[in-house]
Amino acid sequence: MYDSGKVIIGLVIFVAIATFPFWFGMGKAAPMPEPQLPKGKKECVESKEFMRSTHMQLLNEWRDQALRDGDRTYVNHEGKKIWISLQNTCMKCHDNKEVFCDKCHIYANVKPYCWDCHFIPKESKQWN
Amino acid sequence: MELKRRNFLKIVGGTALVGGAALSSLAGGEELAWASHHHGSSAHGGSHESASHGEGHEEGIMPSGTRWAMVIDMRKCSEQKNCTACIDACNFVHNIPSFKNPKEEIKWIWKDEYHHVFTDISTLDPFVPEKIKKTPFLALCNHCDNPPCVRVCPTKATFRRPDGIVAMDYHRCIGCRFCMAACPYGSRSFNWLEPRLGLKGRKLNYEFPTRMRGVVEKCNFCVERLAQGLRPACVEACKCGAITFGNLADPKSEVRAVLKNNYALRRKPQLGTKPSVFYIIS
Repeated sequence: MYDSGKVIIGLVIFVAIATFPFWFGMGKAAPMPEPQLPKGKKECVESKEFMRSTHMQLLNEWRDQALRDGDRTYVNHEGKKIWISLQNTCMKCHDNKEVFCDKCHIYANVKPYCWDCHFIPKESKQWN
Repeated sequence: MELKRRNFLKIVGGTALVGGAALSSLAGGEELAWASHHHGSSAHGGSHESASHGEGHEEGIMPSGTRWAMVIDMRKCSEQKNCTACIDACNFVHNIPSFKNPKEEIKWIWKDEYHHVFTDISTLDPFVPEKIKKTPFLALCNHCDNPPCVRVCPTKATFRRPDGIVAMDYHRCIGCRFCMAACPYGSRSFNWLEPRLGLKGRKLNYEFPTRMRGVVEKCNFCVERLAQGLRPACVEACKCGAITFGNLADPKSEVRAVLKNNYALRRKPQLGTKPSVFYIIS
């Protein structure tokens, strides 16, 4: 092999750079997000586990049910009727999206477009 | 056997006779079904007279039994000079941004001149009273029975609800503006700018969202208020009672009573869009 010294050094440098993110971040897991739940509120629309895993599907269904079918009542697993509205139901309790929604969304790097239109009093001060 | 022309014609003629008879009996059946449906609807209407009133609308009445409609009494409205109560109420309730440039402005309900609102009649008939020519007319989405905007929307972002309201699903709007080109009433506005810029320093309604840049918006007949059993914001805000709102499908409703006792116009009826907003002129 010609220039084996240079090739091997080059390969070592390449592997070092390519794997940099892995060994640089080794053992330094980003802290788990800790969204703040609204104080004094015990129950959400569904159970904590359900909301944690499925709130996005639920919100999608809510949107279509309320907007397209004109049916604004949701019946949860306990049979309780809930008024479908992101702004008037969800965010009446979760009234600070910075300490609740954003915590996990930033951690998971998801950018839902809900707040392009929907807003809460606190956050609207930034643009109003 | 070789098929002779004479025999061929006999077979064709025979088939046509049998087929035609079968088709006409089918059509007869349909006609019967239609007649019974029509009879049912007129029985629902209480009397024959009330069923025939607003004939053009009967077909627009959906199985839901609700057909929201609005009657604007211009006799009362024009008395209130410079009143913008309904427009202000709508602007607040729906967080409608205010932009000065007419190319960027967002309008749900607004005032316009007679010859802009009734383009057809004003061109055909120039001999209308000067007073009417100068009256500013209220204009808003007509929530047509046959809405051209719904037909052209490529994403079904705008659609007709069973109660007749032509609604917008801003989540689905891609901002192509086909609906704006299709609407003969200019009832739709495009968000060229970030709508929240037009709300700076304004009092907001926290119950209703804003829109985002790049979507088309328009009057929604206050679906969100109707869902809560409230009347539309403009109707509630009108101090002189010029706006009547109600269910056109219900012969006992207020709108039907108003339409029965007054001669009302709709905008551009010749287009066949069948608006649900009626104007009592004088």
